Amino acid sequence: MIEATALTKRYGDKVAVDDLSFVVRPGVVTGFLGPNGAGKSTTMRMIMGLDAPTSGSVTVNGTAYRNLRDPLREVGALLEAKSIHSGRTAANHLLALAQTAGIGRARVNEVIDLVGIGEVARRRAGGFSLGMGQRLGLASALLGDPQTLVLDEPVNGLDPDGIRWIRNLLKQLAAEGRTVFVSSHLMSEMAQTAEHIIVIGRGRLIADTTVGDIIARASGQAVRVRTTDVPRLVSVVDGPNVTSAVDDSGVVTVHGLTTDEIGIRAAQHGLTLLELTAQSVTLEDAFMDLTKDSVEYHGHTTADESEHPALATSGATP
Amino acid sequence: MTTATERRPVPSHRGARGVTQARVILSEWTKIRSLRSTVFSLLAALVFIIGLAVLVPTVTVSHWPPRDPGELASFDPTSRTLAGAFLAQLAIGVLGVLLITGEYATGMIRATFAAVPARQPALWAKTIVFGLVTLATTLPTVFAAWFIGQGILSGKDIQAHLSDPGVLRAVIGTSLYLTVVGLLGLGLGAVLRNTAAGISTLFGVLFVLPIIVHFLPSSWGTSIDKYLPSTVGQAITEVHAQPGALGPWPAFALFCGYAALVIALAAVLLRRRDA
Repeated sequence: MIEATALTKRYGDKVAVDDLSFVVRPGVVTGFLGPNGAGKSTTMRMIMGLDAPTSGSVTVNGTAYRNLRDPLREVGALLEAKSIHSGRTAANHLLALAQTAGIGRARVNEVIDLVGIGEVARRRAGGFSLGMGQRLGLASALLGDPQTLVLDEPVNGLDPDGIRWIRNLLKQLAAEGRTVFVSSHLMSEMAQTAEHIIVIGRGRLIADTTVGDIIARASGQAVRVRTTDVPRLVSVVDGPNVTSAVDDSGVVTVHGLTTDEIGIRAAQHGLTLLELTAQSVTLEDAFMDLTKDSVEYHGHTTADESEHPALATSGATP
Repeated sequence: MTTATERRPVPSHRGARGVTQARVILSEWTKIRSLRSTVFSLLAALVFIIGLAVLVPTVTVSHWPPRDPGELASFDPTSRTLAGAFLAQLAIGVLGVLLITGEYATGMIRATFAAVPARQPALWAKTIVFGLVTLATTLPTVFAAWFIGQGILSGKDIQAHLSDPGVLRAVIGTSLYLTVVGLLGLGLGAVLRNTAAGISTLFGVLFVLPIIVHFLPSSWGTSIDKYLPSTVGQAITEVHAQPGALGPWPAFALFCGYAALVIALAAVLLRRRDA
């Protein structure tokens, strides 16, 4: 269990984390989402006692990290970038960490096998690929078989195989009753791993809810319709709480009616329909929608879809 | 949550679970011996000490006796055989700085502090391990260097003896001086958290500060120079004390005091600053 209470971090006059309160519960994977610069890494560093909060507090199992007597067995962390000396081998790195808690070589070899870096464990970590570095970071997080895991962007740099592996590992760890707190800036990734999601933007809490709730909240279902007579279709579906939009190629996007309702009305008016498709809003779109006001660095793209994230035409998550 | 109770805790080696100072010392020992740069730097220091203990006495013997009567009067066989320590202090000082700034530069410091949240035990452990490693490697080396050098000087019968006044203290003192230079570097590295800043500050204090003080009016200069880290540090390595200088042991105590002050400052900052 991780508990943040009015957690605030200022660097000079820039507020990185702003009055953030949340609880991460054991038994499920909790995703920690936000655009780049939202304050995810700062929050995680405060959880790990690396940065001190300007005000407020955060505890792990009721204790501030700095006061933990056996930290490696309580909390395992994978922190941003490589937190490892590039000149040391993976095996020696893990051994040095393990020795601080009296954990023996047998467990070091165990976690090396667990994360699949056996072949490179005797090589210096400076030459590791990003993916190997992430696996090594995960190995150090698992050294003490901790009850709580704090992982900052663990899928960064992993290949599809590695991503699937880590996804299953996290779910398994949560199923064993552990608290698993994972940050990401990719909603689609989190949707496949996490059950609970905490979204922040500009250091503030935006949502603290389930994955399903976020999608439902973002917007209702849209229906994509193509017909031979666009103006008549628009007038036929018109009504209270219904909006329709027509794009350049004559595709009508209707909000507020189901495919059934549109099909029946079209038939009643003798309209020919060429396409009638329900469009679910992607998680990515829902996420964009939630955080669009709090994105730190906007790219200046010319693509239309970025202006109407909730109406993007892609299907459900890949 | 149902299977949570089935987890077996990772067994502890000996004794109680959790972080102890002894465990952190063992961890720092693993760290120091598992980096090639540490091993090479120490090796370089030892090669300097032995190498100059051969070179300088050989040149001395081949030009003996010196034409300059002043050189003859101030001739000290011990300092002629320990000249390599001046070069070795560069390697050891840099190593001391790197021991901690290397962790900041690579991000390792986050792993260290996550494993040792109280932080200060990690600094104590680095101090103890690096101090002992430096002492244990330089002490036999300076003795070997001294014996090799005296052997060469004995060709002209100008060698010193360990029983001569101040000689044994100067030989041991050379190893002690190198050790404390390393610890001063470690402390400066921990305060400054940057390799370049740490190295330039360390050698600025040891080499440049005396030059600046030399340019001050001589009444100031001599009284300040007496207490400079370089002066009080080297006092213990010299068989014959400089006129007006502190005694070798009080001077060395002051040198240790400077290093302790810097490390204490680092310890305070370590807890206050974000990693």
